[in-house]
Amino acid sequence: MRYLYFPGCKIAGNLPQYDWATRSVLGVFDITLDSTELNCCGYPVRDIDFTAAVFSAARILAIAAKKELPILCPCKCCFGSLKHADYWLRHQPDLRHRIDTLLREDDLSWEPGVPVRHLLTVLVEDVGLGRIREKIRKPFTGLPVAVSYGCHALRPAGVTRFDNPLAPTIFEKLVKTTGADPVDWPLHLDCCGHPLWGKNDRLSLKLMENKLSSAHMAGARALITACTYCQLQLDTVRNGQETLPFLYPELPAILVTQFLGAAMGQSTGALGLERNHIALKPAK
Amino acid sequence: MFLNLCAYFAITICLVGVFHRGWRWFTLRIGPEAEGAGFLERFKAATMAFAVFVVNPRRLGSALWTLLSEVLLYVHILKQDPWRWITHMALFYGILLLVAVHALDKWVTARIFSYYASTLNPFLFLRNLLGVLVILGVGMAMVRDRADGGPRLKKRASDRLALVLLSFLIISGVVLEAFQIVSPSIFTEMARDYMGDDPHATAALRAFWAEDFGVAFEFPPPAGDSNLLASGQKLHQDYCASCHSKPQAAVLSYPLALVLKPVAVPLDRLRPDLIFYYLHYLVACGALALLPFSKFFHLLSAPLSLLIRSGGDAGTDLPINRPARRVLGLDACTHCGACTPHCAVSPIYRVISNPLILPSEKTGALAAMARGDMSEAGCAAFSEGSFVCTGCGRCTRFCSSGIDLQDLWQSSQIDLKRSGFGSAHDRIRTKTAAEWAQIARARDGEVKLPAAVDRATIHLADNPESFSACVQCTTCTNVCPVVAASDDPKRDLDMTPQQVMNLLRLQLKEMALGCRMVWDCVTCYKCQEHCPQGVRVADILYELRNEACRRFTIKSIRGVKPSNA
Repeated sequence: MRYLYFPGCKIAGNLPQYDWATRSVLGVFDITLDSTELNCCGYPVRDIDFTAAVFSAARILAIAAKKELPILCPCKCCFGSLKHADYWLRHQPDLRHRIDTLLREDDLSWEPGVPVRHLLTVLVEDVGLGRIREKIRKPFTGLPVAVSYGCHALRPAGVTRFDNPLAPTIFEKLVKTTGADPVDWPLHLDCCGHPLWGKNDRLSLKLMENKLSSAHMAGARALITACTYCQLQLDTVRNGQETLPFLYPELPAILVTQFLGAAMGQSTGALGLERNHIALKPAK
Repeated sequence: MFLNLCAYFAITICLVGVFHRGWRWFTLRIGPEAEGAGFLERFKAATMAFAVFVVNPRRLGSALWTLLSEVLLYVHILKQDPWRWITHMALFYGILLLVAVHALDKWVTARIFSYYASTLNPFLFLRNLLGVLVILGVGMAMVRDRADGGPRLKKRASDRLALVLLSFLIISGVVLEAFQIVSPSIFTEMARDYMGDDPHATAALRAFWAEDFGVAFEFPPPAGDSNLLASGQKLHQDYCASCHSKPQAAVLSYPLALVLKPVAVPLDRLRPDLIFYYLHYLVACGALALLPFSKFFHLLSAPLSLLIRSGGDAGTDLPINRPARRVLGLDACTHCGACTPHCAVSPIYRVISNPLILPSEKTGALAAMARGDMSEAGCAAFSEGSFVCTGCGRCTRFCSSGIDLQDLWQSSQIDLKRSGFGSAHDRIRTKTAAEWAQIARARDGEVKLPAAVDRATIHLADNPESFSACVQCTTCTNVCPVVAASDDPKRDLDMTPQQVMNLLRLQLKEMALGCRMVWDCVTCYKCQEHCPQGVRVADILYELRNEACRRFTIKSIRGVKPSNA
């Protein structure tokens, strides 16, 4: 299977371990990634100008259409942005006309139906839980973990078509292949706070704290993320707050492919685990 | 004498200019570090860092490797773009060698080769060859500029100045040499000086030089007189050959000399060779004097920047040294534009037509801002472009001059925030929702989008269809994590999501534009997902932010006075 790999802007500089771990895990299942250089998904600029965001995303959809490849997003915000663009381009002929004009200058064109897949969907639907289960060498049997869904893949479901927005199961299903035990926690569908980081830091940290506390109270021993921004918030930002006490140091945040890779027995170096600010303790 | 004076004058200006730019590395400030530190303190810190660098064999080794691979061979440019590599090699080595073996021939070439004369081969041929190389480089650079021009990279006059000066320098040199080849006056003077006044001998030498060296004479010697030519050749061997090779080796100037030959005699009274001698010399002095004030300065600053990078990125510097690296980095920018095609947000420029979104254009603006030469409108435009950056870091990776651009953008964003030119979120925070509503009403109708753009914009907040279904059930408010995170939503957020929807129903959109709820929305879409009436609550909040950005530009608000601009 081959995908147009779209890591977005932040992974290369701020979260390279997500890239390493994702390549490492997908490599096991004969998935090849086309690593063409791509522009921003448009999510960050959407606050300023919706059309600029749609044009950014449409360029990526158009490049994928040209290459006839499905898109693979490790980041939920990138995923959401591409889905929004696709939705509005299908529903707004005038917007579509303007975007088409802009794309033509780059010798590109948008067409509906380019598959946009989030990493979780690729793992669960394209690879399949059975094949993943076969590769587990060092299971996390019984480890209570909290999966954090991330907002922009899940909602608005009419646009993203990712999973049931009120009771999603895809993440739990995947994590269970490692033997870990996903806990029920009230805020598993809530925001990590990162969208406000740098804009309203106090509120951003408050939202993160709420989430951490909810996972902690549910007895989780690890917080698993599948989104660049969630991990940046729950690991990097949490660690960077020197003025605050380190929140819930016994609750490491770990990326889904790092977690899977570790359960498959892949090396710490290949998964970039040493870059995480809190190490994952082995299952007892 | 006059020319010597010009040369000394040019050297003085050049040195003063270089010193001035060096001075700025330790006095201008970009970023929050080194606040309060003066020139001496910063210079001392940089010198210490340099000393630490030099005594570390591993770092010194990597610096030497950088010197070889990047400063001398441009391997990093070759990997990106072979066309640019050829251009750069031709220009750099063409000029460097011309300066060394031609401009400084008295001190360099003559010292190495005791028999050196500028009109002797291989020097004559090589000088012309280097000229060809520079012209090739200039031509390739101009072709590339034209091809790259497009909307993404605007060429500035200062970009062209360097190429124009180089063209003038080479062309004036070639014309000078061509006139010297054909000049009858020079022949007469030199024959007299070296051979004396014997009319028979002079006639023989004239015949030989007219035949073989292309000199133009008013009364050309009789052609085909083999005896005369033979004795002319003998005299040439005795008196001239030790300094003069045949000019055919001058691959640039000899063909031009053939073209100029018919006008050489009539023009001779004006001594065009002397005119072009002065011209060539003065252009060279001009280029030297302009070195620190033009793109030529990257001859010094780019290698320095590359060597500094070999020791690590800006994050590895002591905080006090970071502003110096930043100012030097801006000096090293040649506006080559290698960064912009890789910039993740460069496509946005096509929708928001502010060139200061593009990294290649931001360096110039940032340099002006650091010098304090930026108008309020300029700062506003720089702010708008600057906060579009997503920090992908590709500009830094592709910078030919080794500038840590990512660090420049991050540190200048802090400067922008501090001087009242922060992001849209910062800007909105400076006033209350009620004040923004007043501004919006006072300026109602001022912002008109072009018809095509307006049609292509999704108008949810203006279209009753999108919110009239709202029954004020408060579901959106109840599921909102931002509301939940506040003890007092009225104080912290002005309004709850369902109240914002109500404002739209009451046609009071202006009151919502600056409301905290709108700007503290985390875009989690829970409100929209849970709305039993299918109202696109989160999309509407997004749209209100877009509209506020359009209407409350820094330029349009006089009230936001930068604190120290």
